Amino acid sequence: MKPAEFEYVAPATVEEALSYLGEHGDESKLLAGGQSLVPMMNFRLARPERLVDLNGIAGLSYIEHRDSHLAIGAMTRHRALEHSDLLAAGWPLITEAVGWIGHQQIRNRGTIGGSVAHADPAAELPVTLTALDARFRVRSHRGERTLACADFFASSFMTTLEPDEMLVEVEVPALPERSGSSFMEFARRHGDFGLGGAAVVLTTDGSGACSQARIALLAAAPVPVRAGAAEDLLVGSSLDDATLSAAADAAVEGLSPSGDIHGGTAYRLRLLRTMTHRALTTAARRSLGE
Amino acid sequence: MTVDISLEVNGSRVQGSVEPRLLLADFLRDELGLTGTHVGCEHGVCGACTIQLDGEPVRSCLMFAVQARGHRVETVEGLAPSPEELHPLQQAFHEHHALQCGFCTPGILMTMEALLRVTPAPTPEQVRTALSGNLCRCTGYQNIVTAVLETARRLERDGSPVEQASAP
Repeated sequence: MKPAEFEYVAPATVEEALSYLGEHGDESKLLAGGQSLVPMMNFRLARPERLVDLNGIAGLSYIEHRDSHLAIGAMTRHRALEHSDLLAAGWPLITEAVGWIGHQQIRNRGTIGGSVAHADPAAELPVTLTALDARFRVRSHRGERTLACADFFASSFMTTLEPDEMLVEVEVPALPERSGSSFMEFARRHGDFGLGGAAVVLTTDGSGACSQARIALLAAAPVPVRAGAAEDLLVGSSLDDATLSAAADAAVEGLSPSGDIHGGTAYRLRLLRTMTHRALTTAARRSLGE
Repeated sequence: MTVDISLEVNGSRVQGSVEPRLLLADFLRDELGLTGTHVGCEHGVCGACTIQLDGEPVRSCLMFAVQARGHRVETVEGLAPSPEELHPLQQAFHEHHALQCGFCTPGILMTMEALLRVTPAPTPEQVRTALSGNLCRCTGYQNIVTAVLETARRLERDGSPVEQASAP
């Protein structure tokens, strides 16, 4: 099918976009890479009255190391993340996760801001950023605020962004020393939506004991979820096999991922447990420098 | 409401007056008559509509024509150096039976041309990974991979693969 009619504006600056959103935010949709929005418009699942194309705004595409954190502009394309040496060296979890996003043609257009604001619980970046304790800088003509992941993702495809707000930057804290991370996902074919997955960051102290554990699950709930109970279990342990296995069990306890033709709830739960266990095992090895 | 656009397609400057909702794929096919770009699924899964935007393969069904304003677009029609001569990739596809019905072929050629530019000597694995965003329901992909690897070998050998292939 073809998209329904819409009014198109292409602001040249963030300020211009924000002032437009201030006036027409309710009926407007922001167009970033378009790799999720345009298919929905082609199927007429989405029929925005107005489309605000952000692709002409200079200065929203960057990957920068600032003091103790990483700053990524909202219009930074997946391709740029994939090939960034800065990310590969300091935030390899992002590099690893981006390889799972669609195909190269999709990664050449798709953006980090678009993926985050789209808030698909089966998308790679929201889950990865949840495991990394990322924060989202959001602007409107009224001002600016910074939101933690838990305050940003509201439900499936829903965020707490107000109609006049726009995500402008993703901030990712630096990983502590002796951190190891791993991203695992299962999809029937490469590039398909993941049926289950996990993003894990484990940090150990000098003696080999786990000092911090962060686990976020993909396609497990309406939002990217942290596995708090499993994280608690890991902290203080020596990341031995028995603990990693118990943590994987704990990570999926109480979850009820909704099933569909691609996989029922029981199958998805087992998948989540397996992916979590694999990610934990890999991250532990990396953290311990093995 | 229409918007005036101007962009470069296969090296030529083209102009148009388009509705914002017109997809780039439909602009190329219906307004410019460049029907080599095929429209399959219209939601970014099949890859038949793959073109190059500023040298990089993208889905032309997931972009509006108005977004290509001021950009450089390459389609399969721009690949061959002349009406008599095929592009090395096209020649190798022809020789290795890398197409049957041909519906997916333009998108695959545009994807593979970009691959070989960035990765002149790809491994079979790299070719398969690059190919993963393009569906082909006829060939089983084997001959496509063979043709791409053969193109890479020829380009590495002499940079003039077509002449080399037809030499005695």
